[in-house]
Amino acid sequence: MHIIVPIKQVPQSSAVKMDPVTGTMIRSGSAATLNPLDLYALETALCLSERSAGSVTALTMGPPSAAQILKEALSMGASRAILLTDRLFGGSDTYATSYALSKAIEHIGSFDLIITGERATDGDTAQVGPGIAAWLDVALVTYVSAINTIVDRTMEVERLTEEGYQAVRLTLPALISVVKEIAIPRLPTLRGKKRAMNTPIEEWDARTIGADIGKIGLKGSPTRVVKIESPKVARTAEVHIASDEDSMKGAVDRLIDIIEEVYHG
Amino acid sequence: MADVWTIAEVSGGVLKEISLELLGRARTLADTLGVRLASVALTSHLNEDQVERLAASGADVIYLGQDSTLEPFTVSAHASALMALVAEHSPQIILAGATTYGRTLLPYLAVKLSCGLTADCTDLAIEEGSGNLLQIRPAIGGNIMATIKSPNHRPQMATIRPRSTPLPSLDYSRTCTVCHVPITAAVHNPTHVLGLRPFVGQQRSIEDAEIVVAGGKGLKKRDNFALVEDLASLLGAEVGASRDAVDRGWATYPHQVGLSGKTISPELYIAIGISGAIQHLAGIKTAKRIVAINNDRDANIMAIADYAIIGDLFAIVPLLAKRLQERRKTQ
Ligand SMILES: Cc1cc2nc3c(=O)[nH]c(=O)nc-3n(C[C@H](O)[C@H](O)[C@H](O)COP(=O)(O)OP(=O)(O)OC[C@H]3O[C@@H](n4cnc5c(N)ncnc54)[C@H](O)[C@@H]3O)c2cc1C
Ligand SMILES: Cc1cc2nc3c(=O)[nH]c(=O)nc-3n(C[C@H](O)[C@H](O)[C@H](O)COP(=O)(O)OP(=O)(O)OC[C@H]3O[C@@H](n4cnc5c(N)ncnc54)[C@H](O)[C@@H]3O)c2cc1C
Repeated sequence: MHIIVPIKQVPQSSAVKMDPVTGTMIRSGSAATLNPLDLYALETALCLSERSAGSVTALTMGPPSAAQILKEALSMGASRAILLTDRLFGGSDTYATSYALSKAIEHIGSFDLIITGERATDGDTAQVGPGIAAWLDVALVTYVSAINTIVDRTMEVERLTEEGYQAVRLTLPALISVVKEIAIPRLPTLRGKKRAMNTPIEEWDARTIGADIGKIGLKGSPTRVVKIESPKVARTAEVHIASDEDSMKGAVDRLIDIIEEVYHG
Repeated sequence: MADVWTIAEVSGGVLKEISLELLGRARTLADTLGVRLASVALTSHLNEDQVERLAASGADVIYLGQDSTLEPFTVSAHASALMALVAEHSPQIILAGATTYGRTLLPYLAVKLSCGLTADCTDLAIEEGSGNLLQIRPAIGGNIMATIKSPNHRPQMATIRPRSTPLPSLDYSRTCTVCHVPITAAVHNPTHVLGLRPFVGQQRSIEDAEIVVAGGKGLKKRDNFALVEDLASLLGAEVGASRDAVDRGWATYPHQVGLSGKTISPELYIAIGISGAIQHLAGIKTAKRIVAINNDRDANIMAIADYAIIGDLFAIVPLLAKRLQERRKTQ
């Protein structure tokens, strides 16, 4: 079983700088890391491939520095790592990002399964996975919380919805996005780190994957970020110190008034 | 001029609230643009009174596709029905809920329609002059608000955060046209829903709850988490939890609030023994009111709380439950 895991580099701190003119993120400067939710996708893929003597390819689109998250994927156990990098990809929205990734996946060739994280913690759209499935015309199941069985080309999974856990049967090839509940990510081992050092990262650009220039980067993106604001999140709290019985009673009764207000509109 | 569309969500013949919230929001947009507002419902069946509810909530047109292949939801069945419908009527705007349904269907559909899509919006407006849809959304853990538009692509598409707008008032005197949409089953649907295992001991998911009572590591051990659960049931609320509480097995993952859990917008969020790490706050930035019960005056949660009780939760929460019960009895 060959599994492709698209992973994203995200800023480590939540203090991210934005370019006020283009409305795109300025990545250099703030420390970057692997999108924490992609660890669950990697772990799921590694478990599945170990069961079926398969292989895992990690793929990212990003600046050259994104090679660092591919190293992390390799040290966890991925066997191949591809960095899609080109100035032409800059400013891509989820339409352009999913297009570029789907072209890269076509260029990789055959695969059985694509596993993405639920969402990236910066852009936070959860749109890239479903977008890739649409470009490639493969089965799509989102919010997968467990993989129950895989028999031949048929897989049974559970997905987390607002109503509960839904059981879904799907035919491979497919793309699934996974939630945190699905697995506990392993830590890189020393052996893994050594192997990562010895495994070259393949670098591809727009030309390598035969991308249509009109569909990538800022130019190929239908959406435009036109304004960025920092909302004032600080609210001024009404603070009650509950140090003795009286003050506690007062604080609790005031809270009950607030609760009543919610009930009555 | 092209219409504004909303995508309704139906479960067991009944509309989910998000369907009406979307109409409330979209009614203003349609009026500003001077166009009709249509609601699309794709389902195995929609009860007659529910069709009337859509009309009363603001829909001028209802595109109703009823077919057994449409429920439970699969992307390929819903996307192919919508692609045909969009090709026929060319709406200028399509809105859906930022739910597991909308966040799966719309990004797939947007690529198929070669259109842009803005995720999880909390506000919308029409730009003066151009008539473009301005889509406002929180990103980066709610730390910034971005305004996004798709000037050159139609339809303009967005998913809308549930509970980010009040329900519209119902007007049953409104007139509305119902169009029945023929559904041709997809030749090959690669996904098939086998069944649903509903949540146990919980009426609603935390995304839909008006009040969420959440507990964190300050509860110290599993048994104490009952304080949170009991208070929630007393208030008719749902139970939320910090990641630390979930990782310790005090609550299950569907209850986790925050960056790697759920983003919620309840009317009231009560955080008990939760410090308010930025990853936790990311999930509650759009809650209407936040109450913190914590013995640390300087805990992070205070920066975002509207009301705080500083003290020992093991004394405060039982007293709160007791006083609530007393007050109920006298009423
Ligand atoms: C403030 C802000 C708001 C934005 N809002 C929107 C918007 O509403 N609509 C829109 O179309 N674009 C939007 N964008 C652009 C969007 O963030 C980028 O296109 C981004 O590259 C991908 O989207 P995401 O971060 O939301 O990823 P998600 O769609 O949340 O990522 C889901 C999964 O897809 C995979 N993945 C995502 N990106 C990559 C990658 N580069 N390489 C490999 N795998 C990847 C990972 O497995 C990840 O877990 C916004 C950008 C900013 C800065
Ligand atoms: C990538 C990533 C993703 C994450 N995602 C999430 C997420 O989705 N959700 C999430 O919640 N966290 C998330 N976290 C974890 C987050 O950083 C915090 O570790 C976590 O939220 C802390 O949980 P807590 O508030 O329950 O515990 P603590 O931080 O330990 O807080 C316990 C609080 O209880 C108070 N307390 C203790 N005893 C009492 C008492 N007797 N009476 C009153 N108060 C008391 C303390 O003062 C303290 O404020 C994530 C972290 C990372 C790195």
